[in-house]
Amino acid sequence: MANIRLQNVSVEFPIFNANGRSITSRILEVASGGRLDKDPSGRVLVHALQNINFEINEGERVGLLGHNGAGKSTLLRVLSRVYHPQKGVAKMDGDVSSLIDLGLGINPEATGRENVFIRAALLGLSKSEVAARFDEIVAFSDLGEFIEMPVRTYSSGMQLRLAFAVSTVIQPEILLMDEWLSVGDENFKHKAEARLSNLVNSAKILVIASHDRELIEKTCTRVIWLEHGTVRMDADVKKVCSSYFSQ
Amino acid sequence: MKPWAYVKANLSISSMLAWQDVKQAYRRSAIGAFWITASMAVQITTMGVVFGIIFRTSLYEYLPFLATGIILWSWISTTVNETCNSFIAAEAIIKQLNVNLAVHVARVVLRNLITLAHNIVIIPLVFLVVQHPLGWQLILLLPGLLLVLANLSWMGVVLGMVSARFRDVPQIIAAIMTIVYFITPVMWKPELVPENTAHWLLGLNPFYHLIQLVRLPFLSIMPTAENWILSLLLALFGWLITWFGVNKFSKQIAYWV
Repeated sequence: MANIRLQNVSVEFPIFNANGRSITSRILEVASGGRLDKDPSGRVLVHALQNINFEINEGERVGLLGHNGAGKSTLLRVLSRVYHPQKGVAKMDGDVSSLIDLGLGINPEATGRENVFIRAALLGLSKSEVAARFDEIVAFSDLGEFIEMPVRTYSSGMQLRLAFAVSTVIQPEILLMDEWLSVGDENFKHKAEARLSNLVNSAKILVIASHDRELIEKTCTRVIWLEHGTVRMDADVKKVCSSYFSQ
Repeated sequence: MKPWAYVKANLSISSMLAWQDVKQAYRRSAIGAFWITASMAVQITTMGVVFGIIFRTSLYEYLPFLATGIILWSWISTTVNETCNSFIAAEAIIKQLNVNLAVHVARVVLRNLITLAHNIVIIPLVFLVVQHPLGWQLILLLPGLLLVLANLSWMGVVLGMVSARFRDVPQIIAAIMTIVYFITPVMWKPELVPENTAHWLLGLNPFYHLIQLVRLPFLSIMPTAENWILSLLLALFGWLITWFGVNKFSKQIAYWV
């Protein structure tokens, strides 16, 4: 059973190159919503998440709402096991993958083929798994012969198609997204939408951060509203959306 | 996943990234990565001739000594310097994907091993040119290389972590490695050190022992027991510290980079 459980999770960033509370940090607090503080040795700490508690069970589609800096991305990083919380316990049962920065690890000087293998390896696929699915990836990206060319020769649409095709080969139990992926040109759009929906539907848990009311209402079964690194509201879509978007 | 399969998968990612790095540096050039070999060959030839004249030694003796020294030193020092940046350079990956952090260090270590492989082909050529024979001691090359590699790896993990947290460390290490270059017999022969200073200048210099482990087999000399034991102890002790450091700090690396 895929499951996510966060108990009293707090994440703090030490900021090593800031000297105490300056005017800028006051401004930051107002503008970003993250809380700044000092640790015992006088270092500046950003409290990105404070005392987060929730459980997400299999089948749930959870939307994350909140202003910029409310802690959505940090929370996604905790869920993807990148950030280990300093306090509390974050337990994720099931394999987690995120569809956040599609361009990550794409090297413009390397060929499309090389990039497919590198990106897929970073996503946790073995060489033989990639090799087995290579033709499918190429076919999906519509790159044809261009797959043997350096990525710098691609149009931006082609680059996006390549990145999209590789990034979506995974089939995670827990899928994390930061906004719905936009996938460029008209012809590719339908195909990509179908693939993305398929990926989302086959994931046992989806957590998606978004500012888009329509998307959340369409996709999610539950919404968590983050504010200043804490959970302001955690309830069904209708309730949270109506209070969040009416403020 | 079984432990071995896990290690294998991570090694495969590291080596893929390492090869990419090497290729990347020489893309669109005609002879590609053999620029590594070519520029090293030029450096050795020039230094060999110049220092041969200055030191009034025969090239037969000096060139094999110099070639092994420079090639090994450039391997060791570049690895040490570059591993400082292994986490810093991988920031984007570290902050987004749950990839084992050892991959980033292994990538740098392997990248430098590939460079070494390009350079090491110069050694037999030099020996051929000056008609210097190779001895049976060459079989000690492999264990020597492995022991140096084991030492460079733990240094890489530690330096990578410390540098991610304290950004002055890469600069400090670069300065230290320059000093070590001069106090280690890379270009000059260890016999030139007076007996009473040799003990602390060479005996206490870990890089001296590491270089000896790989250089002497080429020169048909057995590395001494002291070379072996001190290098082994350094590896054991180093990995012990590394193990504690990784347990205590590895979870903070994502916040540091």
